Amino acid sequence: MNTRDIEQSWPLWEVFIRSKQGLDHKHVGSLHAADAHMAIENARDVYTRRMEGVSIWVVESQHIHASNPDDAGSLYDPANDKVYRHPTFYNLPDELTHM
Amino acid sequence: MANLTNEEVFQDKVDQEIRIEPKDWMPEAYRQTLIRQISQHAHSEIIGMLPEGNWITRAPSLKRKAILLAKVQDEAGHGLYLYSAAETLGITRDQMYEQLHSGQAKYSSIFNYPTLTWADVGAIGWLVDGAAIMNQVPLCRNSYGPYARAMVRVCKEESFHQRQGFEILLTLSRGTEAQRNMAQDAINRWWWPSIMMFGPGDEASPHTAQSMRWKIKRFTNDELRQKFVDICAEQVKILGFTLPDEELKWNDASGHYDFGAIDWTEFNNVIRGNGPCNKQRLDARRKAWNDGAWVREAAMAHTEKRKNRMAAAEAAA
Repeated sequence: MNTRDIEQSWPLWEVFIRSKQGLDHKHVGSLHAADAHMAIENARDVYTRRMEGVSIWVVESQHIHASNPDDAGSLYDPANDKVYRHPTFYNLPDELTHM
Repeated sequence: MANLTNEEVFQDKVDQEIRIEPKDWMPEAYRQTLIRQISQHAHSEIIGMLPEGNWITRAPSLKRKAILLAKVQDEAGHGLYLYSAAETLGITRDQMYEQLHSGQAKYSSIFNYPTLTWADVGAIGWLVDGAAIMNQVPLCRNSYGPYARAMVRVCKEESFHQRQGFEILLTLSRGTEAQRNMAQDAINRWWWPSIMMFGPGDEASPHTAQSMRWKIKRFTNDELRQKFVDICAEQVKILGFTLPDEELKWNDASGHYDFGAIDWTEFNNVIRGNGPCNKQRLDARRKAWNDGAWVREAAMAHTEKRKNRMAAAEAAA
């Protein structure tokens, strides 16, 4: 059987799709392709067969840097005790309207 | 919290319906079970293109041809969603292909049966895709994020597959005597393999309890099978056909249909590689992979060439 080295495989790409004008691009999954052009064409075939998108972004997976879930405690700690950033923190009289 | 083991933290998240994501800690057995289950599912989608692909050139009208082509293309897409979900667990695409092509990995044994007539395409849509949907809908809520998201996508698209199959059978049911016989014959051949798709009975399914604790599975094989039988026993009446089971009978006490014993010897035989089309299916996959080798290499060579040219142009500028 004809097996190739992992190094020779087409790289992995992450796919992001804007479902309609005015919305963010959203991660939908990944695929393999030799280059960015092929990645966009493959993304069209794999992820937009039913008009799910008006715009596609692809980025090689190796270029994505992600936070580590084990660090979540310390990473998000600075925001943890600042409830006064939310409007519901403020106790105001009921007769106050339009606020 | 400090005294909890990794495993306890993990199980607590699962119990609370918090999804597990690729970089989260997970038990090795959970990872391996998922890799096996997701890759088998992906292989089934890819192999599943073959029996129906057989009828694309011979579909009875341009409309049916376009529909079948779209359905087979969806199956390719479903395979790709699932392979990409499995890859997040640390296995490569090529390793999965290797496991499929070497015969080490399994795929749904239903695809080792031949598609003898056009009515088989209808029966596959109604019964095989119907059983698949019954299995897949609960998987949209499974505990592993990438797998659950892939399944949501799959389920959204799968519904048309089942409806087009039923419509083919409905059309045949209103046709000539020969067409009606052809449809009934297809149902007779696909019924038992379809209800075997839910896997062995609960008493013979030792991993069910663990998979349910991990929320990789939400219902037992027998629960899903019963639900499927109940639905099909009603739907077949609309077609005016019958299901090939003399013991199929409504049971007032249980509120379900009783049905006959399943021939697990046949199921195990097909799984072991002795089904009518096992060899043909794997040969077709290996041939496609080997014949495509030069295309994969050429595409990489082309990419390299363009990268080098761009680098040279930048250096010159």
